Amino acid sequence: MPPLAIRAYTATTALGRGLDAQASALRERRSGLRRNDLTPLAAGEAPLDCWIGRVDGLEGAALPAELSQWESRNNRLAWLSLQHDGVREALAAVVARHGAERVAVIVGTSTSSIGATEEAYSRLRNDGREFPEDLARPTLHTPHSLGAFVADATGLRGPCVTVATACSSSAKVFAQAARLIAAGLADAALVGGVDTLCGSVLFGFNSLQLVSNAPCRPFDAERIGLSLGEAGGYAVLERLDDGERAALELRGYGESSDAHHMSSPHPEGLGARLAMGDAMTRAGIDAAEVGYLNLHGTATPANDKIEALAIAALFPDTLHASSTKGWTGHTLGAAGIVESAFALLALEREHLPGTLNSVVPDPANGPQIRFDSADTRIRYAMNNSFGFGGNNCSLVFARP
Amino acid sequence: MLSAVIESVGYWSRGLPSWEAACAFAVHDDLVADAPARPSPQLLAPNERRRAPETVAVALEVALAACQAAGRDPASLPSVFVSCHGDMAITDYMCATLASEPRTISPTRFHNSVHNAAAGYWTIGAGAMQPATALSALDASFAQGLIEALAQIAAGDEAVLLVGYDGAATGPLQTMWDSRGLLGTALVLARAPADGRARGPVLRAWLGDDPPSPLDGKLSRRETGNASAAMLPLFDALASGHDRLALPAGGGRTLRVELAHD
Repeated sequence: MPPLAIRAYTATTALGRGLDAQASALRERRSGLRRNDLTPLAAGEAPLDCWIGRVDGLEGAALPAELSQWESRNNRLAWLSLQHDGVREALAAVVARHGAERVAVIVGTSTSSIGATEEAYSRLRNDGREFPEDLARPTLHTPHSLGAFVADATGLRGPCVTVATACSSSAKVFAQAARLIAAGLADAALVGGVDTLCGSVLFGFNSLQLVSNAPCRPFDAERIGLSLGEAGGYAVLERLDDGERAALELRGYGESSDAHHMSSPHPEGLGARLAMGDAMTRAGIDAAEVGYLNLHGTATPANDKIEALAIAALFPDTLHASSTKGWTGHTLGAAGIVESAFALLALEREHLPGTLNSVVPDPANGPQIRFDSADTRIRYAMNNSFGFGGNNCSLVFARP
Repeated sequence: MLSAVIESVGYWSRGLPSWEAACAFAVHDDLVADAPARPSPQLLAPNERRRAPETVAVALEVALAACQAAGRDPASLPSVFVSCHGDMAITDYMCATLASEPRTISPTRFHNSVHNAAAGYWTIGAGAMQPATALSALDASFAQGLIEALAQIAAGDEAVLLVGYDGAATGPLQTMWDSRGLLGTALVLARAPADGRARGPVLRAWLGDDPPSPLDGKLSRRETGNASAAMLPLFDALASGHDRLALPAGGGRTLRVELAHD
């Protein structure tokens, strides 16, 4: 594929707002997880006994008055995440070069603003038939709430779509943007993803018995499940001029399906291998050239084992691969953009994170899966994001 | 400009359970006498077929019909699934349960609540390891899905399956979005053959600023209450042999579509 320039990127997670907060927490091995303090909407229910990666201060971060009709926890995080690391300046620059109609908005999420729908249901009026007045805003209660909000908040007028393939959502946005730009429908794109903690994800994952009651321990022999988190992030992608090199580039994407089960991965990790292989083929590199791989690594017993098998089959022992879920929790539809940002940070700042909270490697782990960090200059970094429905996406980034 | 051959069409709504039935209605006002009340996708095992949410059932039904009509192996096609609201009955269930007894959420209903449930069941049922995506863009959903499918072909895929569907709103949620009925459509889109002998109408599409086509075709008027109705001018044109239309594409823009019928 033709490489794309990454003009700016950012992430906001339980570690803080913007890239410096992410980078310092990764370097200092400081987790953003805390004991779950989200009170359920149902009266008399105690919070689930688990740990979460909650973004501080969202409750007080109201949207600007002109965007107030979009108020929801998810849209607040979408707005907050947009204010860092030169993303708005990079957008202004691509709009100046190409026009707002030539800049696409492609964002991923799993739950969008459904937290607002949940809240409306907990405060129904008129014998349970009507939404409360303050939440009777239809554009909150639909999956495209996120994309429509981001387009409105940025004024971008190119193709605008919300990708919702569960936990692969905001990795696939890079692939979709690359195709759209290659096909000539846009010259640049704002890609990203936002997901916020809400009852659907906490009690939903709990119903699948996938939530740990302690901070998650990816790839540890004793891991028992995941920690859920919330996050937002973006990247500004732009077509490269002939012969131009950017400081950071998207070089490849690979997508696949497991064709196996809605909520458990293919037992041999075939889908994961296909996605990683295709991403490297598109980037024109072989496995030995990848310097860092941010794993999906949710810390559930089955997922990590299968990802470990796939990594051992594809990569030489020299690869540094890690899961950063111990820092942020599993941020679901935002995992793709957050961990792409971590991969880009590894390229730029030459620090490869390890795996937080994990002590005893699972016997299935190959030598590629590292618990300790390393300081190394690398040229290529990769990110894996796998989701429900067996939906996989891998991305390759480069620092030319 | 993007282009592709439409190799086949899948269609299901209550009373019009196939593309043939939809064409007969669009041209002669014929209705199917004993149409099934619910789609019954053969791709799913019998117990899953009964339990599948209606949105999943209709999406799989039209997807399989389109693959069979095109003579394409379902496992061989990358797919794009578009739905404005996903499954509103499940959203209603999740929100109502969370408001009363959150610890009783059904694990099956939870994993069916993801927007890519239909895409997931499709890839599992078809044995398709090809990429699948699931998109939403309100009334621009189908146009954005069509753009993505055409972009995949432009990026090198030989053929792509595009599926659009929406079901009915239930519970308090219907005071926000009152979608009615059950509607699914599918297209197998393929790269135009080098020898020019296309196996179906050739579609060309580009973004413009003209207003979207009115929903005045027979299929459009019949399903006007469904959240996916904005896609129907394309299917009315395919059924009636018309050659120009515009679908809402978001941000006040439209996707202009030109059809060269074979």
